[in-house]
Amino acid sequence: MADILFGAWLIARKDLAIEFRTRSAFLSALVFALLGLVIFYYAWDPTAVAASDLAPGVLWVIFTFSGLLGLHRSFSVETADHAIDGLLASPVSREAIFLGKAIANLIFVGAVQAIAIPALALFYNLPLGNVAGPLIAIAILAAIGLVAVGTLFSAMAVNTRLAELLLPMLALPFFVPIVIAASQATSKLLSGRPVIEAGAWLKLLLAFDIVFVVACTLAYPFTVED
Amino acid sequence: MKISWLPAVAGLAVIGAVIRAAFFTPLEAKQGAAQKIFYIHVPAAWVAFLAFGLVAIASGVFLWLRDPRLDRFAESSAEVGVVFTTVVLITGPLWAKPIWGTYWAWWDVRLVSTLFLWFIYVSYIVLRGAIDSPEMRARYSAVLGILGALLIPFIHLSVYLFATMHPMPIVGKPSAPSLPNEMLLTLFLSLISFTLLYFSFVRSRYHYAVERDTLIEAANQHA
Repeated sequence: MADILFGAWLIARKDLAIEFRTRSAFLSALVFALLGLVIFYYAWDPTAVAASDLAPGVLWVIFTFSGLLGLHRSFSVETADHAIDGLLASPVSREAIFLGKAIANLIFVGAVQAIAIPALALFYNLPLGNVAGPLIAIAILAAIGLVAVGTLFSAMAVNTRLAELLLPMLALPFFVPIVIAASQATSKLLSGRPVIEAGAWLKLLLAFDIVFVVACTLAYPFTVED
Repeated sequence: MKISWLPAVAGLAVIGAVIRAAFFTPLEAKQGAAQKIFYIHVPAAWVAFLAFGLVAIASGVFLWLRDPRLDRFAESSAEVGVVFTTVVLITGPLWAKPIWGTYWAWWDVRLVSTLFLWFIYVSYIVLRGAIDSPEMRARYSAVLGILGALLIPFIHLSVYLFATMHPMPIVGKPSAPSLPNEMLLTLFLSLISFTLLYFSFVRSRYHYAVERDTLIEAANQHA
């Protein structure tokens, strides 16, 4: 187990180093998220729908779509010069490769959220100060599920003829429970309800995370056999 | 010419069940003729869930035994399942419009779960089409076949929780009426005939897959 985690950390560090030096996916995902916030604001009549009613849905829809940008990159960087073969030949287990990729994606998605959520609060005039703790918990739970499923499908989609076109089609149905649970929980918090009322949604997110982290980690080795 | 009995029996059984449903089963007191769609809708839904359940099982066993026959079965069952799910998604709204007053209801758990079943298995078919290597195609689609089955309970649960915060449909939503015997018999016959039809379709589709793979193999050996 310690071997797997150490191997995973090495892989995650490698991916984050690539991303940190190029910043290409991070900047595009971030700008995409900020643009999304602006576009969604104008997609509704602000005199009919209050910005605070709109915000939870906007936040989590944008979160999943901008997440896809980073997830696609996760395995497409390994296609150049068949880098994935080097990774598979290295003395780390397949599960460690998957977890490493997933951890790098989690940090990536978390970094986008860390800027997009305050930006949402600013643009949509939300009082986030008193719900920051529970909101961060929702964000982490949602990100884990998204990244587990998304990393596996990214590994699969990159080897198909459709490549990046296939990823949203495979992944979005799996993101639906995450979006529903996270936006319902967020809207409970923003409308000043006690945290306990969002409890069922948080449990749903937690169950999703446990099931799909385990299932996707076990499934990944089947996608890289030769 | 070899006469294939399964499609013939299945076809006749479906025609018989539909005739019985249309002419020899009493009208439902409140819903009238609209309720007749029940004898197509419910068996199609049963077959859809059977088809995708079998895809998930065949996928799991495939990853264990690596028998290409299981992959061909999963491929066939998924395609037939999508056809029956489409029937469910068309007949459901047709019934719902006169009875609920709306074609679609986002708060109904079964509606939304069926829609996502359809989405997942359409992307399953697209995934299969996007991979050239038969061996890789089988592994990838098996992974999706299993994950898809894991997803459905989560969709179900999240829509269920979502629905409890929304108004329930006002227009006569039937709460699982206990059926009179004549209607129950018709439903039972429809279920059997649709199940036969499922196996007949899957068998034809499976034979097609076998012949296609044999041809591809022969072409590869020739080249």
